[in-house]
Amino acid sequence: MSYLLRGVSPLGGEPTDLLLADGRIAATGAEARRSGATVVDADGLVALPGLVDLHTHLREPGREDAETVETGTRAAALGGYTAVHAMANTSPVADTAGVVEQVWRLGRHAGWADVLPVGAVSVGLAGEQLAELGAMAYSAARVRMFSDDGHCVHDPVLMRRALEYVKAFDGVIAQHAQEPRLTRGAQMHEGVVSAEVGLAGWPAVAEEAIIARDVLLAEHVGSRLHVLHVSTAGSVDLIRWAKSRNIAVTAEATPHHLMLTDELARSYDPLFKVNPPLRTAEDAEALRAGLADGTIDTVGTDHAPHSREDKDCEWAAGAFGMLGLETALGVVSTLMVATGRMTWADVARVMSTAPARIGRIDTGPDAHGRPLAVGEPANVVLVDPTARWTVDPAGLASLSRNTPYGGMELTGRVRATFLRGRATVLDGALAAPVGAGA
Amino acid sequence: MRHLLSAADLDRATAIELLDIASRMAATQGREIKKLPTLRGRTVVNLFFEDSTRTRISFETAAKRLSADVINFSAKGSSVSKGESLKDTALTLQAMGADAVVIRHQASGAPHRLAHAGWLGSAVINAGDGTHQHPTQALLDAFTLRRHLVGDADNPDGVGRDLAGRTVAIVGDVLHSRVARSNVQLLHTLGARVTLVAPPTLVPVGVEGWTCDASYHLDEVIETEKPDAIMMLRVQRERMGGEGGGPGTGTGFFPSPLEYTRSYGLDARRLAMLPEHAIVMHPGPMNRGLEISADAADSPRAVIVEQVANGVAVRMAVLYRLLAGEREAWA
Repeated sequence: MSYLLRGVSPLGGEPTDLLLADGRIAATGAEARRSGATVVDADGLVALPGLVDLHTHLREPGREDAETVETGTRAAALGGYTAVHAMANTSPVADTAGVVEQVWRLGRHAGWADVLPVGAVSVGLAGEQLAELGAMAYSAARVRMFSDDGHCVHDPVLMRRALEYVKAFDGVIAQHAQEPRLTRGAQMHEGVVSAEVGLAGWPAVAEEAIIARDVLLAEHVGSRLHVLHVSTAGSVDLIRWAKSRNIAVTAEATPHHLMLTDELARSYDPLFKVNPPLRTAEDAEALRAGLADGTIDTVGTDHAPHSREDKDCEWAAGAFGMLGLETALGVVSTLMVATGRMTWADVARVMSTAPARIGRIDTGPDAHGRPLAVGEPANVVLVDPTARWTVDPAGLASLSRNTPYGGMELTGRVRATFLRGRATVLDGALAAPVGAGA
Repeated sequence: MRHLLSAADLDRATAIELLDIASRMAATQGREIKKLPTLRGRTVVNLFFEDSTRTRISFETAAKRLSADVINFSAKGSSVSKGESLKDTALTLQAMGADAVVIRHQASGAPHRLAHAGWLGSAVINAGDGTHQHPTQALLDAFTLRRHLVGDADNPDGVGRDLAGRTVAIVGDVLHSRVARSNVQLLHTLGARVTLVAPPTLVPVGVEGWTCDASYHLDEVIETEKPDAIMMLRVQRERMGGEGGGPGTGTGFFPSPLEYTRSYGLDARRLAMLPEHAIVMHPGPMNRGLEISADAADSPRAVIVEQVANGVAVRMAVLYRLLAGEREAWA
């Protein structure tokens, strides 16, 4: 199966033709016009390397009522993703080679996107004892990113050991920065809104104190640190400072922290309850500025499906988390590209190239986040940069419905996704999965 | 007005109207036959997820004096503790045909969800939610303040008037207090000036958004503000250090009960510093010897028992205003 993407703009540049054949980008320009290929009219569409998410909760094994690898990767494909990193907070926890291999195989079997399991840092995410990081790294799942996401590795000694230990296989520790004592019972950002609505406050310093400690630890032991879901202006400043010292830190912002604010908690609708919490408009602006100037390296979805009953309740009883895979590109496009703050090449950097490099999946035959050049793996997403669309929760491919963007209009929509040259999405709808080993 | 969820829902005119209705309700409560036929055939559900005998009895009395049928639904153990979900409880009440639901809940915003999540068509009255709001408490406090500070011989309840120019000090655990939040909003709406007094650990981050002043020094506030009323908030035992704050319960908000009483308690000395006409209020139940001394609680200036009586009149007014609509009155 081969595809000719006709009139497409790679990274938003000059229109050309791209031929996808035998899993590779086979030719560009005039040489691409080979007979026999299925022609995709890509006039006016932007081509980006397939998106890579470093932060997805697929919920399987354990919470198949909220999401499965199959449904979550369908959502990923529709969102333009060709690779997703599945977080370890499943049941059982992905803290052994057995569980990460199970998740990896489920991803291969589903075939909508490559699933890269994230290994837990500590046994059972309990923050006490290192999990067998080496066994996970050398398993078939080839784990390179480790995280207790959902929980902070708050013990400074455990964090230091983890940072040091993963150097043996060029791993990275992805930290959920949340000082547990400062956030016990916390429900929302601590500030003017929490004071008024009477929900227990979650201070910015609870995130910033951990980031400050961790960048210094990473410097001390010479290891790679990735800071998940940065949510405050102070955190952006700390990361900027750490990078100025050449500390090997990378940082992620989520679409929801870029767009939404704590004002939404006034509705008491747990749809807007998330960890870390939505912050102020000033924090969101600092994140957008940080994303534009490169302080923030990646946009990660923190796609967190929850069953209906876990959100259809009072705020305090609601679960933390919101969907993200199917809306991430639209949010980034609306906030950053339509406003002229970033180019499509920048979007490719923060949603594909940088995450693939951090996750160490940017080499080899199954590489992601590669340039759109002849010979590279044909992981490509086509985006209509001017399409305006309204988010309909009922229309999502995810098993869950907890999107915070319902009814919101976004600019920029995924039209097609190609995984190793096979179309997983065509004309904005699911096409066919890619068979195992394809 | 369809629900009463927050003191912020009340504009000046509506607040004064409610206080005026409460005044007329209070007048009927001096009669030998206290019961009015106004809400005959209507059903009021008291939905209490949190123990509060005094608030529940107050609402129950108010509803019964208006001839409503009252159902007490004690739902201790909400979805938070894995019982029936708030949604299912709401659907049950809807099916039973409740006209009004009076809800007390430990989760801030639960009444808001009950009113707006589409589970229930009844009027919702917030009888205290978490650390958010307790609007009928603020109304009864405003009613009490107006009677003592605004009323005169011809108009003892101050009917038709607001609280313009009056100053009120609210002292204690502001951080966790729905009474403080409701009073700050309502008393400001009615033109009063409010000063919060608390140790810094019990002042919420973000208080700068509130329509009041805040101070850490009670003596200074009494001396310089010369408040017309002082409202002492209950300090809960679990907020304390020492024995109340053992391992795993977090550090106390102040070092010891003694130190709290020394700095923020209303004792005989501070009582004497208050202006002659100033009244002493407390939403109850009191911790005698902690936030308020027996001297203050039992002094002639204390209107604490009267607050309880006014609570019934104010809750009658709220039920009347929400349920009776244009129907004939209690006259």
